Parts: sequence; structure tokens; C-alpha cells
Amino acid sequence: MRGFGAFLAYRLFRALIALWLVSTVVFVVMRLSGDPVPLLLPPDAPIAEMERVRHDLGLDRPLPVQYAVFLGNVLRGDFGRSIHFRQPAMEVALSYLPATLELGVVAFLIAVLIAVPIGVFSAIRRNSPLDHAAMGLALIGQSTPTFFLGILFILVLALRFDLFPTSGRGDWRYLVLPAMTLGAFAMASIARITRSAMLEVLRADFIRTARAKGLGEFVVVAKHTLKNAALPILTITGLQFGTLLGGAVVTETVFSWPGMGRLAIQSIYNRDYPVVQSTVFIAAVLFIVINLTLDILYGVLDPRTRETRP
Amino acid sequence: MSRPAVAAGPLGTERGLPAGRAARRRRFPWQITAAAGFVGALVVIAAAAPYLAPHNPERGSLGARLEGPTLRGADGAAHLLGTDHLGRDVLSRVIYGTRVSLTVGVAAVAIGGLVGGTLGLVVGFRGGWVDEVVMTVADAQLAFPFILLAIGIIAVLGPSFTNLVIVVGLSGWVTYARVLRSDVLALRRREFVDAIIALGGSVPRIIVRHILPNVASTFMVIATLELARAIVLEATLSFLGLGIQPPTPSWGGMIQEGREYLDSAWWISIFPGAVLMLTSLVVSRTGDWLRDVLDPTLRGQ
Repeated sequence: MRGFGAFLAYRLFRALIALWLVSTVVFVVMRLSGDPVPLLLPPDAPIAEMERVRHDLGLDRPLPVQYAVFLGNVLRGDFGRSIHFRQPAMEVALSYLPATLELGVVAFLIAVLIAVPIGVFSAIRRNSPLDHAAMGLALIGQSTPTFFLGILFILVLALRFDLFPTSGRGDWRYLVLPAMTLGAFAMASIARITRSAMLEVLRADFIRTARAKGLGEFVVVAKHTLKNAALPILTITGLQFGTLLGGAVVTETVFSWPGMGRLAIQSIYNRDYPVVQSTVFIAAVLFIVINLTLDILYGVLDPRTRETRP
Repeated sequence: MSRPAVAAGPLGTERGLPAGRAARRRRFPWQITAAAGFVGALVVIAAAAPYLAPHNPERGSLGARLEGPTLRGADGAAHLLGTDHLGRDVLSRVIYGTRVSLTVGVAAVAIGGLVGGTLGLVVGFRGGWVDEVVMTVADAQLAFPFILLAIGIIAVLGPSFTNLVIVVGLSGWVTYARVLRSDVLALRRREFVDAIIALGGSVPRIIVRHILPNVASTFMVIATLELARAIVLEATLSFLGLGIQPPTPSWGGMIQEGREYLDSAWWISIFPGAVLMLTSLVVSRTGDWLRDVLDPTLRGQ
């Protein structure tokens, strides 16, 4: 087995490859989209003007050269200027990032803080009515499309009972419905995996030993079981945080939350490709950072995972 | 499903004993009968949409706009699920929307299964640098919220039925590739493969005749679970305006159209949404059940 440093280096290498692949897909898609010049100029612009812009953007150069220039720009985080906002696209996208992070982190915290206790409880009181109710709800939560859940929340909690605002960003009340919507899927998955991970460990011999020693049920559950069930729970939790950020696109659109996901969709409607690319790229970087952090956490928690190829 | 002997497979030989199989058959739960009935009904509805839909799904009567579920609307006709903002019959649109959902779902699963399945089989058998490359690409795709990529691609290529099917289909190939690869890796090391090679069997023949039947049940499980995911992804993209374009009815598009009228005419969004939710729940539960019955090794994935 190689050292932890080698493990991290390998992971970092793979992360960079993933990033390179994503940028290449962005480049290919951009090339497929055809000539962006007519989008930048008024429809009656003279041919000479179009040629000039084409030259300025480097679009008259051979494709491999364009690709190299593009990769260089990506390394500097430069995706050109936004057509709609008339500012550097990356700056625009970054200015929408805090709202998305706020929503994502709150949704994630709600999900974990509710799901893990429910999962643990379901496991200890296996087959009790509460266990069945919780797991039934989790199943429904896992198969309800995010956007429809948002619509249901708006209909019932915002319009019928007027408990929360339907859309926008402001004080904490604006955050409740989007965060619940965004967190629901993660909550359901984490609750189910926590339950099954706990059940797996509860079956182990050392739990029987712990009970036989006369340890209290709380110690058995909290210290012996939960600690050993932590790794699968952490895996799913980490994966869910990634999926959750993807779901932000939908949730932000439903609740008009002024974040990066909604910006991406609106930029698509505006045909503002530099901004779309910037948002896709920021999301990719975020993702990779999260996964890398998770890998490091793994290595710290469980030395057995420190092999280079999992 | 018709051949449980294959399902027991080399990965779970001990589990495939007759006693276990009999026990499994006894546990054939009523929920699955209900689920099969539900899916069967959806297929019939999709196929016979023109005969079942009481109204033209794309033409409304402006006199009967935003009517709640009624047996006798302003235009004198029954609208069991109400009408939308253009006076179109919601029930008829939900019925036609079934067509869209199932077609896109099945086509996407076929594409994802073909691409992912083939790659998984080949890469699992061959190994080497091809394996490294394919798995790196798979990791890269998994390391990224596909919905964003889908949105970007459709935004640029333009929303069309074909683009939608391709994007939704390709979003699913990784699951097939990874699971089949690991199955094939395990199968390849078994003696019967060595024996066939010793007897002069060619590699394509081994893959088609001997490996394929052994991974068929796993494939079925993934395809079912993927179908649920594909249907939801299609609805999501249509909801965002990047999938099926109006006036063609799709569940996701209908939910989007009804959003503005939630306060006054909830039925426009809620009925298609309820059908979508139920479909997703039923199909994914069926997949879970298939997995538990056919392939216990997949549990937890």
C-alpha cells in the first residue's frame, strides 16, 4: 500500500482529468452551436464588421489553435464577456454563487439533521409503525420529482395557508420552502442508508458482546453502532451534496431564487453562452472540490481506503 | 424474469438453490401485481391515446378556460380533470402526455443500455487501457450534476425530441457500464470461460453466448430503475422549457404551464404532477423489487 500522499496525488490527478473533460465538452458544445457572431452584433451589421469581430474572438483560426486558446482561457477562468450583462461572464456567475451556496448548505443541513436521527431511530425500532411510516415517506420523497415537490409546497404552504412567501430571497422565511424542496431527496436517501447501515452493524458480533457486557442501550447505539456505520452514511451524504447542487437549478427556477442555477437557465433563454459556460464550469469545480474533500475525509476516517485504486 | 435459473447466476450460486427460489415465489407481493397493472395501464393509455382522450389535447375552447373538474363545462362538455388557461382538456393532455413520457423514457433507456451495456461488457472483458479510459470518463460524468450538462447541451443544440432522447439516454450509460463491468470482471475469471477458450471459442462468442445471459438479469434491474429516472429527467427538462415544446402535451410542460395559475386553477399542474409522481414511484419500486429478487448482489447500490 502506498502512502496517503500518493493516494491524494492520484485523486487530484483524476479530478484534473475530470475537469479537463468537462471543459472539452463545453468547448465542443460551443463549437456545435454555430457562429456566435450574429448574436453579438445588430442584425444589420456590415460584413466587414462581422469579420472584424470574428477575428477579435479568434474564430478565424484553425480549430486546434482555438481549442488551445480556450484551454488557456479556462485556466485563467476567462470565458469572455456576458452578452446580456456586458461584464466578464465569470464575474457575473460568481456574483450569483453566494445565494446558491446559502440555499444548498441550509438544505443540506436540514436534510442531514433530520435524516440521520430518523434513520437511527428506524433501525433501533425496526418494524415499528414509526419505522414503516418514516421509510414509506422516504420512498415517496425519493421518487417525487424536485420541481413538483416545490409546486406542492407553494400550493399548500404558501398559497393555501400563507405560511411562507412563494418566491424571492429575503429573511429566513424565504429560505424555508426552497431549502425543504431541495433537501427532500437527500433527506430521504440519507435516512434510508442510515437505517440500513445501522441495521448492518447492529447484527455484528461485537454489538452482541457490548450488550452482553451490560452496556446501556444508548452507549451501544451511539458509541458502537453509529461510529461503525458512519462510513457508508458519509459516502451517501457526500454524494447527496453533489446531487443537491445540481438540483439547485430546478429549485431556484421554481422559487425564483436568485442563484447560479436560475442564472444558468435564464442565460440559456438569453443565449448568453459565456455565462452558461461559466456557471457549468463553477459547478464542475465545486463538485470536484467536494469529492476530493470527501476522499480526504475517507482516508482520515478509514485507513483501509487509502489505496490508489478503489 | 422468465428464467430464474439464469437470474440466480454465477454470482449468487448458493442463493439460487431451489428452496430459496420457492421461498421467493411465495413472497410475490400484491404490490407488484398492482404495479404491473399500473404500468400495463400506462402502456395501454399511451398506445390508445387517440381513442381514450375525450378531447383534442392541443385545441381548447376559449369559452371554457380555467374550469375546475366538471361534468358539464361552459362548452357543454365534461372535463373530468378541468381545463387549462387555453381551455384545453387536462385529462386529454395527461393521456397524451403519457405517450411522450413513455416514448422518451423507453428510447432513452434503450440508448443508455446499448451504449453503457456494450462498453461495460467489452471493457470488463478486455481490461487494460480501454478500461482505464472508459472508467475515467464515467467517473468524470458521475462527478458532475448531469442536469447542468444536459441543460447546456440542449440549450445549444436546441430543444427537439431527438436531442431530448439522446441527452436523457446518454445521462444513464454510466450505471450500466460500471455494474456490468464489475459483473463481467467476476465472470471472466471463472473456469467455464477458460474452458471455452481452451476449446477454441472466440471472445465475441463467449461474450454473446455465455456472458450476456449471465448479466441479463442485472441489466433488467438497471433498465427498470433507469426508466424511472429517465421519465423524471424528461419531465424536469420539459418543465424548464428544454424538453418537449408546446403545444405538444408533456407532464413536465403541463406542470410548468399551470404554475402561474396555481392559486386559481391548481388542477392544471397537480394532476399531471400526481401521475408523474406515481409513475416514478411505481417504476422505481418495481426496480427495487426486481433487484431484490433477481440479483441480491446489487442490493444497496
